[in-house]
Amino acid sequence: MNPRIASALLCGVVVLLGSCQREKRDIRPAPTRLAIYGDAARESTLRPGGPVQPEQIVTNPYNHSAYDISEGQRLYNWYNCSGCHANGGGGIGPPLIKKDWIYGGQPANLFDTIVKGRPNGMPSWGGRIPEYQIWQIIAYVRSLNGEQPASATAGRADTIETNSQNLVNRTSGVTK
Amino acid sequence: MSRVAFLVLCACALTSCAGHQQSAVDPAGVQADRIAHLWWFFFCVLIAIFLAVMAFTLWTLTRRHRGIEQEPLESKHKPSEATESRLTRTVSGLVIATVLVLLVLLVSSITTGKNISELRDKQHGLIIETTGNQWWWQFRYLNDDSNEILITANEIHIPVGRPVMIRGMSQDVIHSFWVPNLHGKRDLIPSRITEEWIEADHPGAYRGQCAEYCGLQHAHMVFWVIAEPPEKFKHWFDSQLQPAATPTDPDKLRGQQVFLKNACVFCHAIRGTTAAAQNGPDLTHFGSRRTIAAGTLPNTPGNLGGWIVDPQNVKPGNHMATIAVNSEDLQPLIDYLESLK
Repeated sequence: MNPRIASALLCGVVVLLGSCQREKRDIRPAPTRLAIYGDAARESTLRPGGPVQPEQIVTNPYNHSAYDISEGQRLYNWYNCSGCHANGGGGIGPPLIKKDWIYGGQPANLFDTIVKGRPNGMPSWGGRIPEYQIWQIIAYVRSLNGEQPASATAGRADTIETNSQNLVNRTSGVTK
Repeated sequence: MSRVAFLVLCACALTSCAGHQQSAVDPAGVQADRIAHLWWFFFCVLIAIFLAVMAFTLWTLTRRHRGIEQEPLESKHKPSEATESRLTRTVSGLVIATVLVLLVLLVSSITTGKNISELRDKQHGLIIETTGNQWWWQFRYLNDDSNEILITANEIHIPVGRPVMIRGMSQDVIHSFWVPNLHGKRDLIPSRITEEWIEADHPGAYRGQCAEYCGLQHAHMVFWVIAEPPEKFKHWFDSQLQPAATPTDPDKLRGQQVFLKNACVFCHAIRGTTAAAQNGPDLTHFGSRRTIAAGTLPNTPGNLGGWIVDPQNVKPGNHMATIAVNSEDLQPLIDYLESLK
């Protein structure tokens, strides 16, 4: 290829990189009050009679953002979601890697679930976890189900596998 | 004019001597003393060599042109017998001198390295488990008696004249524990334990800093080591072991309720209340610390308010949640936290 065309192409590609949002970090979110998305978070296709309302779509502001998905992963552990849902496989609570969600698997449903809580054990986190962090956690949970682009999803967990052998103190032999 | 500029420059350089709180050439401990000695030894040797080289250069510049310079510079040219032997002697003499100097520096460096790993009386040492986090320090004073284990953050007190073992670990990425007045650096590595023994000779407050680039707020990952006489240390330790007192006046009581009902409790612990999370610094005796946000700001009510309302303004990228605190709740919360002496 003509070196001039090649370098022009290269410049074009570099310019295009600027449009990548993958690592965009919105580190200073405006603190907001929790909003409950009434009809947007419908859990069933059944609806009462009367005029049909146009369906509201609630989108996660942190979709497609690698930074926010990884923040969600950190918070998932910090706020002890893992205490019941383990790493998504479930334990005391139901698994989060699945197709059929009891209360709906759309972002608005997940938001509702976290804010309001659900019967049989899911606590209500509304008013405790700030709204932007709930969306980050949702982005992470959705990424577990492949609902986020692979380019934004972490290839491996942040935590390094801690082998108990490594924690043996070399000099005194004391384990952690 | 240039003389004035020179004096101003000298004065500027002198001001850097005034800040002794974080300086490797102002040792406050045995090891730092050895390191400082090594530093000054290197400095003197290298300055002497530098001056000798400069003097020699000046001498050659001022010298009258004669000898080898006047002989034709051709590839086939051969210097005279006398010039050749003089050059050989000079070059080999300087090569031997260079090797000798490097050898002396190497030996002194190795000896110091060996000496600083030795510290008398290690069996009576205090063990402080140090965990690096993005971007703050957790300190745990270990003890065989579980009631005597103390968890604190970003500030440690140590008794003068007693060895202290820093057992380093990391929660996320590689950090490095460095208090220049007491010792060299020691990396804190995830899933490993590293060790460093420090000992302070005389009382004082020494500033420590993360010395391994660890992300956005690496520069704001500061801690303080406060060396005190043993009795004073014991007093501090015992008071820190106490759980936080329940506030009596309604303002601080309300502040406590605000703390316990907000997202604060997900990350912070205050012993004596239901808050027991370990994701962020332990705040049981928060009011007794000199700084907030790991040395970012002095611990004053105003700074604390700004930090709670908008942590991302003070320390962009940090992991403290931005929460919506009602304006009427903020002052009680500040009053409560500052009262945790």
